Amino acid sequence: MKIKANLISGRTTKQGANLEAKTYKSYFEACSYCELNSVDLDKLGAYEGNSLKVTSEFGEVVVFAKANDGNPKGLAFIPMGPWANTVLNPDTHGCGMPGLKGVPAEIEITDEKPLDMKSLMKKYLEN
Amino acid sequence: MPVIKDVVCSLCGCLCDDITVTVEDNKIMGVKNACILGHSKTVGVQTHDRIKTPMIRKDGELVEVTYEEAIDAAARILANSRRTLSYGWCSTSCEAISKAIQLAEETGSVIDSTANVCHGPSALATQEKGNPGATLGEIKNRSDLIIFWGCNPIHAHPRHMTRYSSFSRGFFTPNGRKDRKMVVIDVRKTDTAKRADKYIEIEQGSDLLLVTALRSAINGHEAAIPKNVAGVSKAEILGLAELMKNSRFVSILFGMGITQSRSKYKNGDAVSSLISDLTQHTKAIMMGMRGHYNVSGFGEVATWETGYPMAIDFSKGYPYYNPGETGANDVLVREEVDAAIVGAADPGAHFPQKAVRHLARIPLIQIDPYPNPTTELADVVIPAAVVGIEVEGTAYRMDAIPIRMKKLIATEFKTDEEILKDLIVKVRELKRGEVTCQSY
Ligand code: SF4
Repeated sequence: MKIKANLISGRTTKQGANLEAKTYKSYFEACSYCELNSVDLDKLGAYEGNSLKVTSEFGEVVVFAKANDGNPKGLAFIPMGPWANTVLNPDTHGCGMPGLKGVPAEIEITDEKPLDMKSLMKKYLEN
Repeated sequence: MPVIKDVVCSLCGCLCDDITVTVEDNKIMGVKNACILGHSKTVGVQTHDRIKTPMIRKDGELVEVTYEEAIDAAARILANSRRTLSYGWCSTSCEAISKAIQLAEETGSVIDSTANVCHGPSALATQEKGNPGATLGEIKNRSDLIIFWGCNPIHAHPRHMTRYSSFSRGFFTPNGRKDRKMVVIDVRKTDTAKRADKYIEIEQGSDLLLVTALRSAINGHEAAIPKNVAGVSKAEILGLAELMKNSRFVSILFGMGITQSRSKYKNGDAVSSLISDLTQHTKAIMMGMRGHYNVSGFGEVATWETGYPMAIDFSKGYPYYNPGETGANDVLVREEVDAAIVGAADPGAHFPQKAVRHLARIPLIQIDPYPNPTTELADVVIPAAVVGIEVEGTAYRMDAIPIRMKKLIATEFKTDEEILKDLIVKVRELKRGEVTCQSY
């Protein structure tokens, strides 16, 4: 089962408190998740802490599932950071700013585990 | 124990200047008044991983080298590059920013700030339509209607609401929160939205429509507004327009919801027009909720020195500016630059994958106190002192008020400013065969 979602990224206090500690597990935990409304999580058959694969036209990333009923249905939120940026839109449409909010994405449950920061960055070095 | 009062927090654009820090034996023992972000940053100089020594990548691994070797390697990269990107410089002092601009000019580089993924579109908007702003002090003392649009200060600027906006007590707002109305416009019910008198949920990417509808209402063209705009009912739009007109001082404080969503700088441009319409009825201002503590400072220093606030290209021998062409993400996504120097910022974490992939391919120099995703890609890494804790310097608050940051403890690390000065000397030597007398 896959759902279609509109993906945004943004700040959280935990992401901010770990801004200068990005090699730590606390940063990984602060940024490697995707928040969805619990109705959307139910549709996926996912519980908090399960792995979700988020795919967009620009890439795919595995993150943990988190419920947040402050999100309307169909809106997915990943804290700003290297996990979110794997799937966001690099096109700036001529004004310098990439599309870091409002990217169409597909989300499904997966057995894969989210990569830690160093492993994620290693993938960039390999390609 | 020595107690240092009125310390400036060098994390977010609030630049809170009322922190108390206790220092003993050159160690930070206690921090008072800071929020969780500021606290983590201040004690983090001792508790977080630091980049301990300069490093150069050899056979895929970063290996420790001397400072002179790292400066030499970095200068060679810069001198041999045909087109370099210099990026970041927003978590450092204005003094260092000035040197980064000088190095960019010396090397004919493109230099851009973290505004590229933050309030860059706001700078474009204010160039188009103007920036009807205020100081944070005026907002605190006068504003009776605070509108947070596409921002979540409880998470991004945790003390903004208590020091300067919703909850703060001011001269004309002595009862704090009771004397103010608080409205949040956002695409999801954030922790900030939960504390609002009115939460307006807007369809993601539809901000421009809502601003336009509000302008119609304020200008007396109600009939032009359909039943529902951007997921918001006409009744709600008319209600908000009335509330705005009937307030004494309206502050529209906006964030990435406006700048990173569809229409980007046109959203900010429209907000500026909305302010102009509102000033037919009452006092109104707008302000971008700036993220890095000195991203405003980059804009100020770059504008004095080059005429432009960001995305400045020196390749023609004079400053040229066109953000969609000379912005950091654009030059990376187009694979146009063949080297990069990054200071006091982390594009590895905050740029989209296509831009990061190019950063991984080209020689990359990093100057930072802390290892982060950019370090994983860097070829030369130079550790730096933490400005605002280990070094003093000037930063500009989100309302463009300059504030002097203090030095709290001594350090062995070189400052960003010193590293950049050393690089300028070395680059001159390599490029012109000049052994420069320290003429900078
Ligand atoms: S609100 Fe910003 S400047 Fe103030 S203490 Fe928190 S992080 Fe520091």
